[in-house]
Parts: sequence; C-alpha cells; structure tokens
Amino acid sequence: MGMQSDIKLIDENGLRIDGRKPDELRPIKIEVGVLNRADGSAYIEWGGNKILAAVYGPREAFPKHTQNPSRAIVNARYNMAAFSVDERKRPGPDRRAIEISKVISEALEASIFVEQFPRTSIDVYIEVLQADAGTRIAGLTAASVALADAGIPMKDLVVGCAAGKIDGKIVLDLNKEEDNYGEADLPLAIIPRTQEIVLMQMDGNMTREEVRQAIEMAKKAALFISNLQKEALRAKYEKGEIQKAEENLNAEVNKGE
Amino acid sequence: MSKGSDEIVYGLKRDYLEKISSKGTRIDGRSPTEYRPIVITPNYVLRAEGSADVKLGKTRVLVGVKIEPGEPFPDTPNQGVLTTNAELIPMASPTFEAGPPNEDSIELARVVDRSIRESKMIDLEKLVITPGEKVWIVYVDIHVLDYDGNLIDASQFGAVAALLNTTVPGSRYGLEDFSLPVNHVPVITTFVKIGKQLFVDPSLEEEEVSSARLSIATDENGNIVAMQKGLSGSFTQEEVYNAIDKSIEIGKDIRRRLFGR
Repeated sequence: MGMQSDIKLIDENGLRIDGRKPDELRPIKIEVGVLNRADGSAYIEWGGNKILAAVYGPREAFPKHTQNPSRAIVNARYNMAAFSVDERKRPGPDRRAIEISKVISEALEASIFVEQFPRTSIDVYIEVLQADAGTRIAGLTAASVALADAGIPMKDLVVGCAAGKIDGKIVLDLNKEEDNYGEADLPLAIIPRTQEIVLMQMDGNMTREEVRQAIEMAKKAALFISNLQKEALRAKYEKGEIQKAEENLNAEVNKGE
Repeated sequence: MSKGSDEIVYGLKRDYLEKISSKGTRIDGRSPTEYRPIVITPNYVLRAEGSADVKLGKTRVLVGVKIEPGEPFPDTPNQGVLTTNAELIPMASPTFEAGPPNEDSIELARVVDRSIRESKMIDLEKLVITPGEKVWIVYVDIHVLDYDGNLIDASQFGAVAALLNTTVPGSRYGLEDFSLPVNHVPVITTFVKIGKQLFVDPSLEEEEVSSARLSIATDENGNIVAMQKGLSGSFTQEEVYNAIDKSIEIGKDIRRRLFGR
C-alpha cells in the first residue's frame, strides 16, 4: 500500500469516492464463450476492469519434462496489456505478473480434478485489457468460468473478492484510488461449495480483528459473485439451447417444403 | 530413480507423515508451533553494507544488503528505494537450476519484500540525498545456500537481521556514513498443512507432502502487515484465524529472541 496522501477516501456520510457504501461491490458483468478458438472463454467487467480469460486443454503438456504422470498441470498466465494502465506497461511478464500467475494457477488447481488428466496441461490465459484494481481476482473469477465453458471437471467455480482498509475502515472491493492510497488490501478466493480458501494475500497494516472482518466481508461477496458466474454460464447454455431448437425447427420447415 | 518410483516413495512418505501428523506429531519430534534451531550470524560478509547468515535447522540462507545512490521512483520522489531479490542457486538443491529467476524465487523475494515494505521497517524518507533526484537504493539480495525447507522464514529473518546491521555508505560518495534508519521489526511465520494439521517452519520433508502453505508477517504491535497463501491446497477460515493468532504469538517470541526487540 503505497503513497501517502491527504485524500479523503470516505466522506462524512460514510460513502466512498465512487459513492459506494463500505460493503458495496462495483458492478460486475460476466459473459461466457466470447472467443472462437479457445476451448473455453469468458469476459468480465468488474468496475473499470475489462478482462478476458481463455482456456486451452487438457492437452499434452509441453515441454515433455513438465508432464506429471499422475495429474494435469495447471498453467495460468496473467498478462496486462501495455495500454491497460495510465502509464504504459512494458509488454511481457514482470515479477508481479509472474507471482500473480503462480497464485492464480494454484487457486484454480485446488478446484480442478487434475488426477483425471495425467500428463496434460490445462492452460489458462488471462488478459487484462483495462485495469482498475482487483485485476487478479477479477481475472481468476473469469478464468474459472472459462474452465467450466471448456468442460473441465471441477469441485466448483473458484471465485473471489478483495477487501481492504481505507481511512481506518474495512471496505469491500477497493478501486484504483483506494488501492493506491488505502492502508491495506486483502484479495481472497474460495471454492464456494466447501468455502475453502484457495487464494489469500494481504499487504498493508491491519489488526487481527480487522483481518477477520476483511476475510468475512470478502467471502460473503465472493459467494454473491459465485451466483453471477453461474448465471452467466446458464445464459450461454440457454442461448445455445434456443439456437439449437430454432435450427431444428428450420430444418423441419425446410424438409416440409 | 524414474518418475514412477518417485511417485510411489512420495505416496508412502505422504501417507506416513499424514498419519503421524493427524496426532500433531512431527517426524523430528517438534511440536506443531516449534521452530527448528535458528542461528543468525550478522555481518557475515564484510564487503556488504549489511549481511546475515541464517541457519534454520539444515536450511542455510545468506542475505546481503548493498546500498548505492540512484534515482527515486517518479511517484515517490522523496523516498529511498527498496528492492529485494532472491536466488535459488543450483548448489542449494538438486531441484534448483541455474538461470534467471523463476516463479519460486520471485514469489520468495516478493513475500519477503512485502513484509519489510508494508511494516515500514526502513524509514525510506530518511534515505533522500537530493529530493526528487538522488536517493539511496537499498538492495536486499537473498542467496539460498542449502535448502531443507521454509525458505520464506529463513530469508525473512536473514533480511531483517541484515538490515538491522546495515550502514549507509555515505563516505564512499563524499557524504557521511549512518546506520540504516529502522522503525519496525517485521517477523514472518510460515505454516504448512499436512492432512488437516498446521505446522510452522516446515522441513523439506514436510513441505514435500504438504497441500497448502500460509505465511503471515506481523509487526511489534501485533498487527498483520502481509500474508501469502501458497500451493494448490486450501485452508478453512478457522485455520486461517488460528494461524494468524499463532503467528502474532510466535512473531513476538522470535522478535525478542533473534532481534532483541
């Protein structure tokens, strides 16, 4: 947590600079199956974040020495587009991206039935097109939807949210200014069905009680977002069914002619 | 050994360790919250501005601090710069390879860095030579020499010990030497989960069979300043809360024992 400043992040009415209440999420929109070539894909808009996720696999792991004879390896690659942030980001993975890729891979692996696909890799590509704080969790949330779209068996859709501390208060889902000038940030991801914690990081300064409060708040929000993931998948499925029905109907009509 | 037989040995080992750990027992007889013996030798490398050799059980890490003048970051013109790097050199383990930093060494460096940075251990504002132009850059380099588990804690203790004994080499640049200004002493505590049990300071054997890892950095006020969950297993909320409470306690003890604070 970074820069010192006199910016007031919570006003006298208890509202945040974007008008949200302390425990209020930014708007979230998820779409499934947005790419043609990928085995599965998803797009998420979360506040000012715009992120694409694509899944390839399970496919033969390459190079060969990376293969595991008893299970699939999960390779997530988190990447920020050069134009996704105010100051141009130099293309290619930096240390931050490598660390984020690692924790996202581990979080997804916790949910995937990797033992069903020995010697393969499941490759997850997360491209941040526009960044507005909370990209790792938004990317992870989209990635698990893309995994489901690819038909990969999982315990449940991994989902997350961050909570943090600004102006001495615990709040949900920090935006860019709050992340820059706030006092702590705690990204969290869970497997909703079991409520296991599969990703957790934290930086800043919080008391024990504040950490508990942040975890509880983030978990509650994650459970809510979990429904948005499922709705997005359902929407694609239903759309697909309607399309199929229409095609069948057309075929029937054509046959009749 | 072929990968296949590796798997079998691994499976047996894991079964055994999970069995004994379900009773809270460890293969080396430690209690779940007990560290291996820690021996820190500060000022091990005299060419460095600060250094510490850390032995944590059979794990050995050497941390060196070098300080040079340089440019501040544009968004923090009135602060010195801290950069942390870790090298998992091939000498330390048959599984380490030469070459550029990989995701393991990057995560290690970044977690140690976060504990130092977020606790505000170093008073970076006192490291300005000419505001906006020239500041002191503090390089913390972690050199892993012998890997027998828990590199995060060994490296973090080493970094803290080295920084507490660091002199800013002003006289080399026509200025005055001074002790690195330090305000806080963060201590990190790493837990791994084997079966359903949590253990601090995992040995390599324990790391190999653990499903998840959690590192928690605390400061002398008992506040949490950094956390990192690792590996592809999971923790329950209760386990996390428990680990946090223990890390505050253990951190206090280690801070007193190792750093006299």
